[in-house]
Amino acid sequence: MSVPLTELAEVIRSKNSGPYELTMDIIFKDFVSYEKVKQNRVINKKLISRLYQIPEGDISSIIEFDPARAIKITIKRPIVAGAVGESDVYGAQQHAPLLTIEV
Amino acid sequence: MQELKILSPTAILGYGFPEDSFQKGLEQNPDFIAVDAGSTDPGPHYLGAGVSFTDREAVKRDLKLMIKAGKKLGIPILVGTAGGSGANIHLAWTEDIVEEIAKEENLKLKVALISAEIPKEEILKKYEEGKIGPLPPAGEVSREAIESTSRIVAQMGVEPIMEALDNDVDLVLAGRAFDPTVFAAPCIKAGFPVGLALHMGKILECASIAATPGSGSDCMLGTLKQDCFILETPNPDRKCTVTSIAAHTLYEKNNPYKLYGPGGIIDLEETKFTQLDDRRVKVSGSQFMPSEEYTIKLEGARKIGYRTISIAGTRDPIMIRQIDDILEAVKSMTRRNFSHESTDDYEILFAIYGRDGVMGKLEPNKDMKPHELGIIIEVIARTQELANTICSFTRSSLLHYGYPGRIATAGNLAFRYSPSDIPAGEVYEFSLYHLLTVEDPKEYFPVTLKELG
Repeated sequence: MSVPLTELAEVIRSKNSGPYELTMDIIFKDFVSYEKVKQNRVINKKLISRLYQIPEGDISSIIEFDPARAIKITIKRPIVAGAVGESDVYGAQQHAPLLTIEV
Repeated sequence: MQELKILSPTAILGYGFPEDSFQKGLEQNPDFIAVDAGSTDPGPHYLGAGVSFTDREAVKRDLKLMIKAGKKLGIPILVGTAGGSGANIHLAWTEDIVEEIAKEENLKLKVALISAEIPKEEILKKYEEGKIGPLPPAGEVSREAIESTSRIVAQMGVEPIMEALDNDVDLVLAGRAFDPTVFAAPCIKAGFPVGLALHMGKILECASIAATPGSGSDCMLGTLKQDCFILETPNPDRKCTVTSIAAHTLYEKNNPYKLYGPGGIIDLEETKFTQLDDRRVKVSGSQFMPSEEYTIKLEGARKIGYRTISIAGTRDPIMIRQIDDILEAVKSMTRRNFSHESTDDYEILFAIYGRDGVMGKLEPNKDMKPHELGIIIEVIARTQELANTICSFTRSSLLHYGYPGRIATAGNLAFRYSPSDIPAGEVYEFSLYHLLTVEDPKEYFPVTLKELG
């Protein structure tokens, strides 16, 4: 049975990590859900590549951070922050595709 | 010294803080008041154009409360990345505000100013010496990129700020600084461990953003001891929890275990977060790992032209169905009409809100069927006049373009504003985001002492 990620996470957000990268945080409500998602490698490069339609090579890292029950995904920005044609200078509204994840 | 307390009033100088919270923070007798005043997040314009992204009156309000409190308690105030981007013009802008406050309040202030701007000629010299390296995913630097850059700053480490504090000053105004440094420098100077001092600074620089409920406009108090630091919010309506503090460690950084800064890495592999009581969190175990070479991060922005925008909307399903074809046709019309202007001198862009205006290339749901669209016509050109001309023509052409199957023949766009076109001024882009290897951490950050008021 699958559960929407939004039911397990208390925070799902995106932000710049410098002008060249976007970093996304999924912070889980409890350790049990976090551990389950972490153990099953639900959040992986293949999934992120599909959700954001980017090559896996543009995903800098996916890191688990136990103290915050968090999974952090960092990707290369398709356009550098503030450059011509770029649409989100703080990078704070690039999280929505993560809301669709089912675990 | 057993412990050292630092009060951080707000996430960014000018974002404000409740006076009640600030007063409660002061009642805990802090040894320093420190605040971060800048960021690259608002984009390249502010560094390039030499203006602040925060408002002058809002910055003055915050600074006045801080300076008066500092004088009353006899403790120094530290400001990092003055003026938002920390170049000389931003530093002078902040100095001017301090001077005004000193005069209004009849205060004599001993101020240390630390410059962080590096002349282009010096950067070119270092480039020739092979001292400038890339910071992935940004590429290698080129001579041309340096030459076209309008203004270059570097992020200072703690060393120049520690030097400034040698002079018994009321106020330290630092140019571009690695965010945690204005909080960490007094701690390291007093002999506390570097890793803990920098990690505490990393959290304090965002003030109450690390609390729950979070806020960018409220205070945070950090108490550093030899083996740990403790965080608490003076505002009783907020609290620090292990989750809020640990989660903040992730914020704006690509790797929560390793925070790269001038001269080394803050290593959080062994960090422990402990809930002390309902409102306070203890952090221990953070280490500083000095790097073999001392590097500082360069930031530069270059001017690429002038922008004019026009904001409009459409509610017509026949138009919405073929929006891309229509916009392409209008673009061609403009190009044909101004065939005497080189297309190298201007660029026409359309942002389509309601479809992919927020996420652009990253948007996975491009095939949704919206019932209305927001359209921003954007022109970037060599001069403001040309940007105005091209935007105006594109706007009028789109308004009356006869697309196939059109039924609404009176006009294709709804404009919220008159005038409909908004000249948005100079446009910059980041041109430098690289590492410079230095011999001396203080080399590019000279300290100047002044009496203000």
